[in-house]
Amino acid sequence: MEGDLAYIGAGLAGMGTGIAALGVGNVAANFLAGALRNPSAAASQTATLFIGIAFAEALGIFSFLVALLLMFAV
Amino acid sequence: MGKLFFYVALALVLVSGLVFAPEHAGLAIHPMDQFTVKPLFGGDHIAWYTPTNVTLWMLFAVVAIIGLLVLGSSNRGIVPSRAQSVAELAYGFIYKMVEDVTGKDAVKFFPYIMTLFMFIVTANFLGLIPMSFTTTSHFAVTAILAMLVFVTVTITGFVLHGAKFLGLFWVSSAPLALRPILAIIELISYFVRPVSHCIRLAGNVMAGHAVLKVFAGFAGALGAGAFLPIFAITAVYALEVLVAFIQAYVFTILTCVYLKDALHPSH
Amino acid sequence: MASNTHDAGHGAAEAAHGSSGMPQLDFSTYGNQIFWLLVTLVVIYLILSRVALPRIAAILNERQGTITNDLAAAEDLKAKAVEAENAYNKALADARAEAQRIAAETRAEIQAEVDEAIAKADEEISAKAAESEKAIAEIRATALESVKVVATDTASALVTALGGKDDADAVAAAVAKRTEG
Repeated sequence: MEGDLAYIGAGLAGMGTGIAALGVGNVAANFLAGALRNPSAAASQTATLFIGIAFAEALGIFSFLVALLLMFAV
Repeated sequence: MGKLFFYVALALVLVSGLVFAPEHAGLAIHPMDQFTVKPLFGGDHIAWYTPTNVTLWMLFAVVAIIGLLVLGSSNRGIVPSRAQSVAELAYGFIYKMVEDVTGKDAVKFFPYIMTLFMFIVTANFLGLIPMSFTTTSHFAVTAILAMLVFVTVTITGFVLHGAKFLGLFWVSSAPLALRPILAIIELISYFVRPVSHCIRLAGNVMAGHAVLKVFAGFAGALGAGAFLPIFAITAVYALEVLVAFIQAYVFTILTCVYLKDALHPSH
Repeated sequence: MASNTHDAGHGAAEAAHGSSGMPQLDFSTYGNQIFWLLVTLVVIYLILSRVALPRIAAILNERQGTITNDLAAAEDLKAKAVEAENAYNKALADARAEAQRIAAETRAEIQAEVDEAIAKADEEISAKAAESEKAIAEIRATALESVKVVATDTASALVTALGGKDDADAVAAAVAKRTEG
């Protein structure tokens, strides 16, 4: 019974990865919008873009990790 | 020509699905088995010195790096060969990153950052070879990489700036009342850095490989219909190639960003 | 098939749950991984910092040097070309100036000759004009004299013809009075 609850928890935690995907998309979309307004400044900011994407994605990876822990370690 | 090749590949997949269909059709997905650390020469016990598949694939990474950066540049051509131009590209890429993000005075850290980048990128790419072992998918490995960066940044900061390095946590541009709260937040975020730094890399690599394995399990269960998950695997694999590079890039650029805090801690 | 898959999936899940779980959390392998990672990193660091990076830096520097040298040579050649062009332009300008000088000299000479000729001609003309004027004046003077004589003669003849006494002095005075007026 406890194991089954852990699977439900894993599913709930897995939703977090999808929400993190929203965040990553938000970063990329806003970068693109800004880059189209001022294309000359875009090239110098790709590093910032990747850092932003990495920070947003890390949180999704955390929830993926929680899901894995619930699946396999609890 | 491309179309013909596509149809031949499709037919091959269909036929192999029929021929090699598992006797016990069904889902047999063990997405985590690929990450198991096994001794190379039999035995069950894993001591700290036992040669394992970790050893083997790290050796491959070293060999790949030697092949690319040392053998590739052995001609010292003014007009570079293919391997040499890749080596120069990698050199220029990281050198420019260190110079742009961290500053000109960080060039002495360049070999260190180049080591991190080359190890992560080769380990990631080697891990994408089917049946291989991905060393960067283990928290033990990425945690050490992240801790090395954390320790380097902290020690460099204190050696160069002494107690002034603590000014990193005291946001002087904020209102005075907010500063203690911000200091606590900054302190926590400073210590969370290595955690996210290590989990980001291992989690990304592990997630991609697990997804590939899950689709492979579907392919085994579907028999003749296996071409659908195989297309999915192809797409995910392409994404993973991208992720393998981007995660190495992100790890390296975050190292540069953290080092900038140590070298120029003004907030 | 569906129920079969479901059963098998359940079995797989059971099996997975029953197994050791995530190999990443198997702490008994951590020492091994960390040891080999550190060995690998040290090896890569030594290879990169001793062999690969200095060599690539040397190659890049050499290429930069070659490019700079080539650019310098090109710059040299360009400077030479500019010099040659300047010399050519200078020669051209000199030649043009010389030509102009010669033309001006020639023009001045011709002008002088022409001026001289004109002056001579003017002199001659004025001399001739003076002579002519003199002749005209003489002629006019003689003509005036002749007029006086003819007038006096005619007047005395007229006076005589009209029966008057030929008074030479009166006639002469009258003529002089008339011719003067």
